[in-house]
Amino acid sequence: MNRSILVSSVLHLIVIMITAISLPFLAKKPIDLPPIVSIELIQITDKTNIPFAPKAKKTIEKIKEKEKKLVSEQAPPKQVKKIKPDSIPFPDDQTKKIEKIKEDKQNPEKIDNEVKQVSEFEKDELFDPNNIAALIDKSKIEKAENIKKTNKVTQDQQKTADVSGLTLSEEDALKAQIFGCWSIPLGLPYNENLLVRIKLQLNPDGTVSQSEILDHARMNKPGQGFYKVLAESALRAIKLCQPLRVPTTGYERWKELQLNFDAREMLEG
Amino acid sequence: MLRILIFILVLPFKAFALIEVDITRGNLNPLPIAVSPLSIDEKSKKNFEKILKKKDIGSEISIVVENNLKTSGLFNPLNKDAFLQAPDIANLKPRFEDWNLIKAQALITGKVNYVDEKLRVEFRLWDVLAGKEMMALAFTTVPNNWRRVGHIITDKVYERLTGEKGYFDTRIIYVAEEGPKTKRIKKLAIMDQDGSNNKFLTLGNELVLTPRFNPTSQMVTYLSYFRNLPRVYLLDIETGMQEVVGDFPGMTFAPRFSPDGKKIIMSFARDGNSDIYTMDLENRIVEKITNHPSIDTSPSYSPDGKFICFNSDRSGYQQIYIMKSDGSNVKRISFGKGLYGTPVWSPRGDLIAFTKLHKGKFYIGVMRTDGSGERLLTENFYQEAPSWSPNGRVLIFYRETKTDDKGEGFSAKLWSIDLTGYNERLVDTPTDASDPSWSSLLSN
Repeated sequence: MNRSILVSSVLHLIVIMITAISLPFLAKKPIDLPPIVSIELIQITDKTNIPFAPKAKKTIEKIKEKEKKLVSEQAPPKQVKKIKPDSIPFPDDQTKKIEKIKEDKQNPEKIDNEVKQVSEFEKDELFDPNNIAALIDKSKIEKAENIKKTNKVTQDQQKTADVSGLTLSEEDALKAQIFGCWSIPLGLPYNENLLVRIKLQLNPDGTVSQSEILDHARMNKPGQGFYKVLAESALRAIKLCQPLRVPTTGYERWKELQLNFDAREMLEG
Repeated sequence: MLRILIFILVLPFKAFALIEVDITRGNLNPLPIAVSPLSIDEKSKKNFEKILKKKDIGSEISIVVENNLKTSGLFNPLNKDAFLQAPDIANLKPRFEDWNLIKAQALITGKVNYVDEKLRVEFRLWDVLAGKEMMALAFTTVPNNWRRVGHIITDKVYERLTGEKGYFDTRIIYVAEEGPKTKRIKKLAIMDQDGSNNKFLTLGNELVLTPRFNPTSQMVTYLSYFRNLPRVYLLDIETGMQEVVGDFPGMTFAPRFSPDGKKIIMSFARDGNSDIYTMDLENRIVEKITNHPSIDTSPSYSPDGKFICFNSDRSGYQQIYIMKSDGSNVKRISFGKGLYGTPVWSPRGDLIAFTKLHKGKFYIGVMRTDGSGERLLTENFYQEAPSWSPNGRVLIFYRETKTDDKGEGFSAKLWSIDLTGYNERLVDTPTDASDPSWSSLLSN
């Protein structure tokens, strides 16, 4: 009897111990693992084209020099500045003396045709061939410099020339530049399609040799007058931004470039 | 198989897909524009000097244009001292490099002539960057109209460059106020949009309030007191004729024209309850639009005439409602904190301007016609009564200042603000001013 009690209590004890040790583990909730995200590791050296630091420094210096030149070229003569436009007198006090407009109903007549004829005649004169030649000459010099530089292309960069498309940083540089040049006309109806697609033929130095509006037919459609205004503003932006900040290498990739100007985001926001 | 493999391998290296870059942002900086003084020959100059007592009318007109463009906030007229080309040469053939150099993107040139005792103005708008002409127009008018010529030129340039109609060849009617606050004299006054040609239309014997332009003609409706009761009047600005609208046994107020100018919509109050009524100006038939025990007032039509926005306290507080023009489908659209008043439907149809009172401050704001997208443009101690420019881009309203302990220092002035909320300007008037209303374009 005594022995059986002992055996029983020992066995009970063992059972209790096992439960005491193992049960808390059972009580623990399984670890809540987040869903598995598969990550694909890819080599981006082929896709990005970040120049080496010393090279970048050189490029930046070159751009700075260029900017300096531009500033000195374009600064208006300083001694001429006498008055700010703000100080032009608002002709208020003068107007009190003026009598009431007597013939209000006589609307000034529009003689569109006559003047337009004159203007077309002048338009022909406006294209100054010498001038264009000068501009091209100037850009050729820049082009030559660029080519010299790209002759020392490393193996790594040579590879990138074969990849189509711009890298993110290249695209961002170009976008940022054009964002700054584009003055969006504010009167556009924001519930209309405000997308202007312009195809550019570029020279290696980033100047534009040809620009073409892809939805050209829309320009002259009735009720789409705003589209012309928008397209013109986009063309102005491209002109103002020249030369475009294009990558220094891989001319073949971006010699044709399409810019999609979309004003909707800005006008809605 | 091998051929296909080679093809697949070679393909990506050979095909240069056209690269597309999306340009979704731009700057909203004012466009740099050069307004060259209009050239004028010596003979015309002398003639105009005799008639208009202006030394150089060509440059005066260009100053009008320049000021207009500047106040719009969308253009930055460049300093004339920096111009490299003389007006007479610039008009014929601008040297675009010269204008490019001073960073002008657009250029206005022109010529003034004296032809048969009339003023003939030719002007051209040039795209400096593209190196081409964008527009060329000529006007002939009586010399006294020279300021209007400046305004019309601005309208044309504005429309060509922004894509929407201008608002410069317009007038503003307002209540001119003089005297101490307790004994205020109020007269109807009218001026050009830029504050010039100011003129008083009434003598100031009776109190006048809330003048409103007919959107289709130079007719005005306003409120004046008759035997201590406010009444709605009609006034023809050209002829000076005025008349009472209808004969109501009570107060009529807050009048406004319908978009076609054929009806007047207003409030009529009797026995402490006010509702909205319309009156046909041709056959004088009066129609009751709302029928509610609350106070319904400040009605304003949508530009297509199909809807009416108005002010009501039927929810307990003053809020903005819209309904169909027959009075059905009443829907509350303002749900923000505070009180809303003086709703005015934009001539473009997309927005409703209002005055809002919240925590003791007054705001001028706009919201979409369904009540969404509420935007407060300006905040001040006291301001109200917004009125739209005919292109729905600018609001004019009035602002009062606090009086000090002695009851002095009070003033009321007209202000304008555009939809961006950044271009706020004081509109100069010879006296204190309130309750402005913007006319439609005088010439189309």
